Amino acid sequence: MSLLSSTTALLGKELRTEFRSRELLTTTVVFILMVIVLFSFTFDPTYNESRRFGPGLLWLAFLFAASLMLQPCFLREQNNDTLSALRLSVSDPFAIFLAKLIANTLFLLFTEVLMLPVFAVLYNVPVLRVLGQLLLVFFLGSLGVSIAGTALSAISAQARMRELLLPLLLLPLLTPVLVSSTQVTIGLLDAAPYIEWKGIGFLVAFDVVFLTLLWLLGEYLLEE
Amino acid sequence: MTSRGFSPTGIRFENIEKRYGGLAALRRIRFEITPGECVALAGRNGSGKTTLLRIAARLVRPSSGELTFPSAVGPTAVAAPGASKTQPVRGKVSAGFVAHATMVYDELTAEENLLLFARLQQTPNAAARVVKLLHEVGLFDRRDSLVRTFSRGMRQRVAIARALLHEPAILLLDEPSTGLDPQGVAWLAATLRQLRDGGCTILMSLHGESEISMLATRAIRLDAGLIVADTRTGAEVRSILTFADA
Repeated sequence: MSLLSSTTALLGKELRTEFRSRELLTTTVVFILMVIVLFSFTFDPTYNESRRFGPGLLWLAFLFAASLMLQPCFLREQNNDTLSALRLSVSDPFAIFLAKLIANTLFLLFTEVLMLPVFAVLYNVPVLRVLGQLLLVFFLGSLGVSIAGTALSAISAQARMRELLLPLLLLPLLTPVLVSSTQVTIGLLDAAPYIEWKGIGFLVAFDVVFLTLLWLLGEYLLEE
Repeated sequence: MTSRGFSPTGIRFENIEKRYGGLAALRRIRFEITPGECVALAGRNGSGKTTLLRIAARLVRPSSGELTFPSAVGPTAVAAPGASKTQPVRGKVSAGFVAHATMVYDELTAEENLLLFARLQQTPNAAARVVKLLHEVGLFDRRDSLVRTFSRGMRQRVAIARALLHEPAILLLDEPSTGLDPQGVAWLAATLRQLRDGGCTILMSLHGESEISMLATRAIRLDAGLIVADTRTGAEVRSILTFADA
């Protein structure tokens, strides 16, 4: 009960501060939009090329945008030492991670949903018929990115070369998520859409394993 | 139990050491603060006052030694002997902490900040407690303003209110008068006096003599991480605090 109420209070704080500053959402939306538009005009892909290479490009843009979004996640808790105040106040430190990773997943999903029509139009890819399945992949992929990213953000925020450390740790760790999400998305955008269940299974397993690890070890990541 | 609803709790430092790499921030720190005592820490910059306060708040794990919180109902929240890396310090001690940084969110209003921490601390009647504290710190009229629009002194008032939200049994203050105007210092001194008289244990770091230092019933002077003076004698307490930076 305490974990739930603490997480709810902290999630409210995360959403309120972001919608007031719009720091993370602006960065990610602009970044993804630039990548999608730039590649569309540079390569001018055909219908078949779009279906083959589009999903990879899309997920690569999501991943880099996520690394930009995750960087300030714990860093901005250091401005006024608010992380210490949170550590003193919550009975379960996992609530701090849970609120942040839910907020990050929501922000990432919001950005992805916003960018999907732009991608569909510029790359001439039909997405409406598989919208539900696409949202499921977006959710599982974004959750995986957020879980691992939130944990690594907590580690890198206390390191000396913090700006360099997060992408350095995050990108190799998330390569399997990137590959699986891309494979599932390629299947969904195929002329005869199909669901790559192996990829979905991997994403679920990744999310469960990393969430459990975060629950077990999260307290140590917050220590000074 | 006191009238404020907590068991008076002390703090016991048993051979606490803290090293940052090769630098010893604290060495052989051994003393006990009895429940309800008001102790002032003095010493030059870098003498270890902040580290000691952060260890007492259990934000920093000591490299070695033991930290206990003796109370009328027995010791609570024991730091792992030898500061084991695999044993996190668990258990809740009702401590309020005012640090150098304000520990509040700039993008939230004063009221939102206090409500957030009140909810996290599961403070009973959170909304009423927040309103009462906003009145006490003189920020009720600015309760809907974002903290980033506040002066340093106003932020410090919010920080003090945050630390007092759950009526802590132990109050840890790191130079609490930072940024406060003379009226603010007088208000803080009156509040701390009331808390001390109500049985709250206070450990605070101070620079020089002030209205707040007059509250101290004991002074401890640190130098390069070592305790070099510890007294409860009134004149010596004043002397240590007056010449802390000497």
